[in-house]
Amino acid sequence: MSDERVTPDAAPPPHPSPWNGEGGGSAQANAEETPFYRIVADFAASRIALVGLVIFAVILAAALFAPLLSPQNPYDLAQLDVMDSRLAPGAQSADGKFTFWLGTDDQGRDMLSAIFYGLRISIGVGVASTLCALAIGTTLGLLAAFFGGRVDSLIMRVADIQLSFPAILIALILLAVLGQGVDKIIVALVAVQWAYYARTVRGSALVERRKEYMDAAACLALPTRRIVFRHLLPNCLPPLIVVATVQVAAAITLEATLSFLGLGLPITEPSLGLLISNGFTYLLSGKYWISFFPGIALLVTIVSINLVGDQLRDVLNPRLQR
Amino acid sequence: MLVYLIRRATQSVVVLLVMSALVFVGVYAIGNPVDILINPNADQADIERAIKGLGLDKPLWEQYLVFLKQALLGDLGKSFVFNVPALQLILERMPATLELAVTAMLIAIVFGIPLGLWAGLKPDSIAGQTIMTVSILGFSLPTFWVGLMLIMVFSVDLGWLPSSGRGPTQELLGVPVSFLSWDGIKHLIMPATNLALFNLALVIRLTRAGTREALVQDYVKFARAKGLSDARVIGVHVLKNISIPIVTVTGLQFGTLIAFAIVTETIFAWPGMGKLLIDSIHVLDRPVIVAYLLIIVTFFIVINLLVDLAYSLLDPRVRLADAKA
Amino acid sequence: MTEATLRVDNLRTHFFTRHGVVKAVDGVGFEVHAGRVLGLVGESGSGKSVTGFSILGLVDPPGRIVAGSILLQGRDLRTLAPAEWRTIRGNRIAMIFQDPMMTLNPVLRIDTQMIEAVRAHDPVSVQTARARARDALGRVGIPSPDERLAAYPHQFSGGMRQRVAIAIALLNKPDLIIADEPTTALDVTIQAQILAEAQKLCRESGTALIWITHDLAVIAGLADEVCVMYAGRIVERGTVDEVLDAPMHPYTRGLLESVPSRNRRGVPLAQIPGMTPSLVNLPPGCAFRERCSRATETCLTDPPLYFLDGRHVRCFHPIHVEDEAEASK
Repeated sequence: MSDERVTPDAAPPPHPSPWNGEGGGSAQANAEETPFYRIVADFAASRIALVGLVIFAVILAAALFAPLLSPQNPYDLAQLDVMDSRLAPGAQSADGKFTFWLGTDDQGRDMLSAIFYGLRISIGVGVASTLCALAIGTTLGLLAAFFGGRVDSLIMRVADIQLSFPAILIALILLAVLGQGVDKIIVALVAVQWAYYARTVRGSALVERRKEYMDAAACLALPTRRIVFRHLLPNCLPPLIVVATVQVAAAITLEATLSFLGLGLPITEPSLGLLISNGFTYLLSGKYWISFFPGIALLVTIVSINLVGDQLRDVLNPRLQR
Repeated sequence: MLVYLIRRATQSVVVLLVMSALVFVGVYAIGNPVDILINPNADQADIERAIKGLGLDKPLWEQYLVFLKQALLGDLGKSFVFNVPALQLILERMPATLELAVTAMLIAIVFGIPLGLWAGLKPDSIAGQTIMTVSILGFSLPTFWVGLMLIMVFSVDLGWLPSSGRGPTQELLGVPVSFLSWDGIKHLIMPATNLALFNLALVIRLTRAGTREALVQDYVKFARAKGLSDARVIGVHVLKNISIPIVTVTGLQFGTLIAFAIVTETIFAWPGMGKLLIDSIHVLDRPVIVAYLLIIVTFFIVINLLVDLAYSLLDPRVRLADAKA
Repeated sequence: MTEATLRVDNLRTHFFTRHGVVKAVDGVGFEVHAGRVLGLVGESGSGKSVTGFSILGLVDPPGRIVAGSILLQGRDLRTLAPAEWRTIRGNRIAMIFQDPMMTLNPVLRIDTQMIEAVRAHDPVSVQTARARARDALGRVGIPSPDERLAAYPHQFSGGMRQRVAIAIALLNKPDLIIADEPTTALDVTIQAQILAEAQKLCRESGTALIWITHDLAVIAGLADEVCVMYAGRIVERGTVDEVLDAPMHPYTRGLLESVPSRNRRGVPLAQIPGMTPSLVNLPPGCAFRERCSRATETCLTDPPLYFLDGRHVRCFHPIHVEDEAEASK
């Protein structure tokens, strides 16, 4: 189709999307502009994505520095006073030392502190499982693309079968068999996620493999490992980054759901999901804060990650480049 | 066409066999088979007798064959807790889950397609942007939290809807359904809406993307050049084209709906298969878990097959290609 | 002289993009009479397709018609309301697009797409509409039309599909047909057939035809009048014989000379040096200036459309006029 039909010699009209606040334009083409700079500039074009990034950074900081930020260590039994239990937000502790800004749960734990520690565990498990799944899935996907043939068929067949079942089901069954514990839930989450990375990487790798720099590397008789990891992998990164970002949110959500169902982490290491689950019974009697605030914390975390991931997807998508 | 059907059916049977083998391996080889099939509270003599009776002292492949034979006859073990065949338990609960899942699917389609069309036709309008933002929320919000909030608002604060359970049921074509009574509907609304949210967001996004893609296609311009009304251009030309991916994706999502129903049923104490599964996991009623797994796998395979069929019916290009093949 | 079927005056269609205003069509005017064929020639980016769409009111945002008049038998189309536009499109003016695979909806049958074109303008029964569709297919030379009607677009070859598109254009007996590069995607042999059909149909039914193309050979065989477009403007306009035998505008001459068949073997192919200018950043003055061997200081101002020897030419130094003047010195 001749392109003079629409806008001859000019760029296509701005891509309308809710994340393209002012239909942002990237900086003028500059010879010294590195791809990284361009990606950052394109990303920053969306105000909403920037807001998401900032929010997530704040949450991450809160999670990392939980012990420093929490007024109370909610898992130190010595600090708890059952007289303080089920207090509404803003109430004072029985000994009058501090205020429970977000109320307390049935054991007298300060919700604010519990949320900080819970964030730590939720994000920790989410990120850890994503990184593991990323490593395993990427390796398998690269191997499948690089060696082709039977290896490819086998790995992809397994991945496809797994992807045709919902993650929650697989995770549930795995946990039913394996039992409770942080390591077990990470195993379950990794088992559920690796296939996405494998499929994504295999797709890009198959395309990249036909490009000339791969032939050049082969001609130099470089060891296979080097070719795969130093030459092939960096070029397959953009879609991987997008998938990984979005998957962190998905992993956190899945872990929260599993914990809510009582199958994930044990009570000694409560993530946000478990906190919400604890508060469920009190919801009906109007003591909403025990479930509500951890829920909000979970929500804000997931939404901010998704905002960042959405914009990354638009920015790193070669088909939307001008 | 018939060749295609037969080929797909054969493939499905193969996948089913493979999955049954995997379940078998999971139950018999990885976990302790004694724990999984025999009530751990039985005394030693009973356990010995049960082991012999279940053939656990025989070689693995022989056990698998026995397992298969029993499965085909409909015997998937007996629940420890209820002491009835596991399969029967699940079948009793299935109508409730199906009712929930089908209602959720209908909500997603009936509201999702028009909203998605609107967002696709007027992407820069306030309505369009709002719809997209809400759909992002629908994706991101964890289902269980939304369920809790729904209960909080509509049951506790407003008192309009009951917070748990299923309404009274009546027989419809031999299947107990609850949507025929007003009380039943009141019980059905919240859980079905909760379950529908994720899919609703998905349908909205799909429809919007499809509409935007379709609108810049030449055939839309050509249809306008013929002087057709906007209603016909969108309602016939665009809709027929975008319905193909929407139908396929929503069809495939039905299986996921049934899986997610596990969470919704737990929150709203809806007496379906999902709740049964969670309860069984908590009390370690493993025969039920095994039975559930096999049934779900069968479900998925059947759904995949039906979606493939539907796809070839809807897209004339695929239909004819297969006929030639 | 009878009134022209279509008269376009000073048409300007601009696209308001993020990078600036693209003046895709900038002051285009011409006339087409009943039963006559007007060729609109130019390279990609010359604005010829946008002109076609502007006439039908099908310019997509961010573009719109900013000035000019489009008179269909005396009636200015720019004053029409959307509902009135729908009575014109497909009815009084029909359009044939370039790629029939993309213009026919792949999931709808041929008869559906033809019947709806009839019933959108004439509330007849489905059977009557179907009969008309069958006749139209017969007229464009498609065998066994009944079978073809029940088929889907992808079951046809490229040439057949384009014939279907022509049949659709003819369904409601329009006064004007705009054909936008309809044969570009086809084999040369099929192209010749389609051209012959089109010419015959126009003569027989008295329909005016605007044929948009970049291929001068097509124009030579088909058109009565020709407009040469460059960078959104008409640079030369006249009868086909005159313009092609003795081009006045340097661009037209360049186009003619770069047709390979005009060259002798062994001699390098003639080219027009340089590239079409970006329509966002048009140089001041004549748009062809930077590629023209005849350009002078005068060319830094916009040349108006002169009327010379029965032709219109937008040039300060048109070819034959000056050369004859030279020769007669």
